[in-house]
Amino acid sequence: MDRPPLTVLRERLAADGLEATESLGLLVMELPAPELLATVEGLKSRHGFDLFLDVTAVDWPERQPRFDVVYHFYASREHVRLRLKTTVPGDDPTVDSLTPLYGSAHFMERECHELLGIAFRGNPDLRPILLYEGFTGHPLRKDYAKNHTQPLVRYRR
Amino acid sequence: MDTAGKPAGALEYLTTRKDELVGWARKFSLFPYPFVTACCAMEFMSVSSTLYDTDRFGAALPRFTPRQSDLLMVVGTVTHKQAPILKKVYEQMCEPKWVIAFGVCATSGGFYQNYAALDGIDRVIPVDIYIPGCPPRPETVIDGIMALQDKIARSPHPIVNDRF
Repeated sequence: MDRPPLTVLRERLAADGLEATESLGLLVMELPAPELLATVEGLKSRHGFDLFLDVTAVDWPERQPRFDVVYHFYASREHVRLRLKTTVPGDDPTVDSLTPLYGSAHFMERECHELLGIAFRGNPDLRPILLYEGFTGHPLRKDYAKNHTQPLVRYRR
Repeated sequence: MDTAGKPAGALEYLTTRKDELVGWARKFSLFPYPFVTACCAMEFMSVSSTLYDTDRFGAALPRFTPRQSDLLMVVGTVTHKQAPILKKVYEQMCEPKWVIAFGVCATSGGFYQNYAALDGIDRVIPVDIYIPGCPPRPETVIDGIMALQDKIARSPHPIVNDRF
C-alpha cells in the first residue's frame, strides 16, 4: 500500500536535514529567522512547495522574543501543506522578505507589516494596503487598545 | 345636506389637517436607497421580494441614486474607512429624508468592537429607526418600516406648511 505523501515528504525533508513534525494533517517546522530565506529556497526548489499561501504573525506580549512569524506553503504535486514558524524580537521585528522566491508574498507581507508591524527586509514596497491614510499604529498587536478607534468623520454624538 | 341627483352615501367633502394629509401621502411613497455593505443584504433581498414584499408598504422601488430617494437604508457593517462615503450619500439626499439602521451592525457596531468598524451609524448621520437582529427577521424589518410610517404620519411637514 502506498504510504501517505505527508510521511514521504517528511522523510525527504529529514534526509535534507530539515526536522518537521506532523500536526492536524500539516507538516510543521520551526527555525531561526536568519535561516529562513535559504530554507524556503530549498523547500521551493528541491521539495516542490511551489505555492505560497499565507504569512501572518502572532504577538506574545510577555514572551521573549515577542513575535512568531508564521508561513504556510503548499506542494501542489503532493497536496501537502507546510507551516513554517520563526520568531523575531519585539524591539527589532525584522525577517527576510520572500518576494525573491514568491511574487505573491508581496501583498501578504504588506498586510502583515501594516497590521502587526513586522518589517520584511527586501520587500520593495511596504506601504499600508488595507487601512486608510493617516492610520497610526499596528491594530492587531496586543498592545493596541481594543476600543481605540481613529475615525475619519467627526462624530455627532 | 342636499343629496338630490347624487348616489346615496357619496362623499362630498372631507376635512383633515395638512400635516396629516401630507404625512399620509408621504408614508406610502418611500423611495429607499439601499446602502448595502454586508451579509444583512441577503435578508434585505428576502424582505424585498415576493414572500414578505415591502411593496405592500409603498417602499418597494429602490432608487440607485441618493438624489432620487428619501429613505436611506443602511444594511450591514460600516467601517471607519467607509464612514465618509455614508455621510456624503446622506448629504446628497433631498429633504424630507429618513434613515433606517438595518441590523445590529448599523445600529451599534454589533460584535465588531474594534479598530475597523464604526460603532453605530448614528455616530455620523441621524437615524430614525433602528432594526435589531443579526440579521433581523423579515417580520422585524416590516415592523420597523411600519414604525417609520407611523413616525412620518405623526410628524409635522414644515416645508409644505410654509408654502401654503
